[in-house]
Amino acid sequence: MRYLPKSPADREAMLKALGLSSVDDLFAPIPAEYRLNRDLKIPRQMAESEIVDYFRQRSRENAEGYTSFLGAGAYLHYRPVIIDSLISRGEFLTAYTPYQAEISQGTLQSIFEFQTMICELTGMEVANASMYDGSTAAAEAVMMAVRLTGRRSVAVARSLHPEYREVLATYATHQGMPLSTAGFGADGRVNLAELEKSITHETAAVLIQSPNFFGTIEDVAAIAEIAHKNGAMLVVSIAEAVSLGIVEPPREADVIAMEAQSFGVPVGFGGPYCGVIATREKFVRQMPGRLVGQTVDKQGKRGFVLTLATREQHIRREKATSNICTNQALVALMVNIFMTVYGKVGLKELAKQNLAKTAYAAGQFAKHGNVLFGGAPRFNEFVVETTEDPAAIHGRLLGDKIVGGLPLKKFYPELGNAALWCCTELTTRNAIDTAVGLIAESERSAPSTKEEPAEVTR
Amino acid sequence: MKDRIRKATRHVNQNEGLIFEKSSAGKAAWKLPPLDVPEVDTSRLLGAAERKDLGNMPEVSEIEIIRHFTRLSTWNYAIDLGMYPLGSCTMKYNPRVNEAVARVEGIANGHPYQPEKISQGALQILKTLSECLIEITGMDAITLQPAAGAHGEMTGLLMVRAYHHAKGKPRKKVLIPDSAHGTNPATAAMVDYAVENLKSDSRGMVDVAALAAQMNEEVAALMLTNPNTLGIFEQDIHKIADILHAKGGLLYMDGANMNALVGKVRPGDFGVDLMHLNLHKTFSTPHGGGGPGSGPVAIKKILEPFLPKPVVVSKPDGTLGFEYNRPQSVGRVRAFYGNFGMFVRALAYIQANGPDGLRQTTEDAVLNANYIRKGLEGTYELPYSTPTMHEVVFSDKLQAKKAVRTMDIAKRLIDYGFHPYTTAFPLIVPGAMMIEPTESESVEEMDLFVDAMKSIAEEVEENPQTVLDAPHSTRVSRLDETAAARKPVLRWKPRE
Repeated sequence: MRYLPKSPADREAMLKALGLSSVDDLFAPIPAEYRLNRDLKIPRQMAESEIVDYFRQRSRENAEGYTSFLGAGAYLHYRPVIIDSLISRGEFLTAYTPYQAEISQGTLQSIFEFQTMICELTGMEVANASMYDGSTAAAEAVMMAVRLTGRRSVAVARSLHPEYREVLATYATHQGMPLSTAGFGADGRVNLAELEKSITHETAAVLIQSPNFFGTIEDVAAIAEIAHKNGAMLVVSIAEAVSLGIVEPPREADVIAMEAQSFGVPVGFGGPYCGVIATREKFVRQMPGRLVGQTVDKQGKRGFVLTLATREQHIRREKATSNICTNQALVALMVNIFMTVYGKVGLKELAKQNLAKTAYAAGQFAKHGNVLFGGAPRFNEFVVETTEDPAAIHGRLLGDKIVGGLPLKKFYPELGNAALWCCTELTTRNAIDTAVGLIAESERSAPSTKEEPAEVTR
Repeated sequence: MKDRIRKATRHVNQNEGLIFEKSSAGKAAWKLPPLDVPEVDTSRLLGAAERKDLGNMPEVSEIEIIRHFTRLSTWNYAIDLGMYPLGSCTMKYNPRVNEAVARVEGIANGHPYQPEKISQGALQILKTLSECLIEITGMDAITLQPAAGAHGEMTGLLMVRAYHHAKGKPRKKVLIPDSAHGTNPATAAMVDYAVENLKSDSRGMVDVAALAAQMNEEVAALMLTNPNTLGIFEQDIHKIADILHAKGGLLYMDGANMNALVGKVRPGDFGVDLMHLNLHKTFSTPHGGGGPGSGPVAIKKILEPFLPKPVVVSKPDGTLGFEYNRPQSVGRVRAFYGNFGMFVRALAYIQANGPDGLRQTTEDAVLNANYIRKGLEGTYELPYSTPTMHEVVFSDKLQAKKAVRTMDIAKRLIDYGFHPYTTAFPLIVPGAMMIEPTESESVEEMDLFVDAMKSIAEEVEENPQTVLDAPHSTRVSRLDETAAARKPVLRWKPRE
């Protein structure tokens, strides 16, 4: 086996040193009746070339070469080459959690820079060293608000990513956290009157997303006012991090739960991604997850350590702020490098391109379909309603190697034949025009499909 | 003193400030293509939501970024540099083909919501990995959704709760041995179970008599790490399972140490009802400085209705798809389907090994740990003489007489060119020194490690101050953690 650095003679010699005749003697503590006396029924040992070939084949069966208009919490942005060059360095790739600070300063300093940049972009004062993803970060942020307010219930916007809502529901069920929901209005934003009604004196947090699931930018100030007036904390989820380049961050929020995937992390069929929680300094001791802090060594030299560990499970056990143990360090490093590459000016220009492509696409789609939620600003996603079921239309788009927007019926039955489309800096005008052309064609022929049932009854 | 150190030689490494300290207006590492659609008026589109300023975000060139992170990287220890004997962490070699295949176009850029028809490659990977892990654990079904081991524990306990709930009542508590990982009790609390500690016996195993006395119909499950955190296989595992099952409880196995068992014994065969795996431990996905992990949960048939949704199913037309209609499911624990990129790596690892390779891997891991145990026995106190599997726990009892503690010895190991072992865990061993070499170490590397540990023990006798002041050869000496926690500085700020 090519990963094992031992010759048969080495093994023999080691067994001899241990005074054993066979390696099976080492497994004697396992009761004989349970020992496996056959080969595992798994694929046979493969050569590296065969493994590469296997995954290339799977890749070909997995939308290779398609142009996609999917976003909805997973965004295809360009990933600068140096991200992979740098994260592939074994010193980053194959290091453990930086508990031993003296030989982990590389990881620690990079996380400190990550925390700083997340603070700069979100307008918050502290950020942790990452969470599993945006969905679990949102759930953990809400739990944090529950601890801080001593209240238990949570008001959730229906315009929050539906899968984030599902994850929160799972986390909340057994922690005695009742959830209420607030719907959205004709502009796609949280219905403020409904939100107000869903809040009680027991509401610990209001959880919204901005830009929300429909790509619409929420009126965070108005929502914050309602939350704070009622003594609840405002938790804002950000699923599309690139929006922070051009969209004002939700500075009125008490906690921001972010998905940083857009910053240089592969879409990768849904993970691994990079959640982050950012908040105010005064709330830091109730924040879950790892934190890196600056300190000095015995000679007074600047250095970095994991800090405030008394919040964490390995110290506090059942009294910890969360059971979270790993973070997403390597993914956070991708995010860190991406933020460094684009920086102060590039992130803004990048976000602007997303905005321009989306504005163009929404304008083109509006000529042939019904673009919903036009009353409020949006970032890089928009909702198009068609006469025909989008699933059927998209089936035809696949013939042109185009993956259309996400049909919303599954998550929002009331939106009927609507689909969520996304454009990033990688979406070409050509692709937009082709998709719009195909939608136009479908819409032109749609009335006849509608008349069909009438013909049948005749 | 210096000539004792055979594995490492000091060499110059580069200083490097924070990236913000290199920033100046006008430098850039990015270039966007020309816009092929009309420019937009951002203030008209966004109104009050328009962001004007990005604060102190850096402005640097590409070469500066390359040097910055390369220099930082050289300040880290890594498996690629040498033995990383952290007990319980399983710091094994991370094969590079795993990284290569995770970056193949359709795998790296596949979208979680693309139609199933054009997701067959990803679905096939999910299915094949699931089948392999089910066979390796001897269980009946699996969810790959949990993002890490602790997340898998939570998912597992949610299923335990749903199972008992379906039977009438969810029960009140979870039993956890005193040697367990901190995640176990923290997880139980998140799923609203009270934690009841279970004492270990003099062999370092679950005290079966105590378990029998503590077991009743309020106990939902026992969370057991096997081999446990002392590296000891729970020999009475079948009795433990029987005691649990007799009163309707479930046996949850924390699979953190599954690398001691793969191909030799299957938890499903010795009474385990559910368990999580850490793909970043047993199945070689990189630790990456703290993550990403992946924590699949394998279960017996009785728990199948409660799996998180969606689950992968074969459809009548022969294609694969996701099934969402699972009325008894515990719900979703993460958006999308889990850390897919880690599944790709784990499957590539299983393929590179095959049944024979996985078995040999386990044998080598256990052989290595016992080789080190033998090498250090006598030099360091072995609190439990019970045979151990993939890791061994010593204590600092002998060295404590000179006021040198486990952390000091660990820090001195750094000067010898090794990463420290795990200190002060498990909690039942005062001054614990937990060592796990994994299968990835050669005899030569382990001999160097044993020599280093023996040499440090001598230093403790001859000149304990050298050990107390260690490390001596790193960029920074021991850092002031108290100050860091008392007045936290958690971000850089420009000078006022």
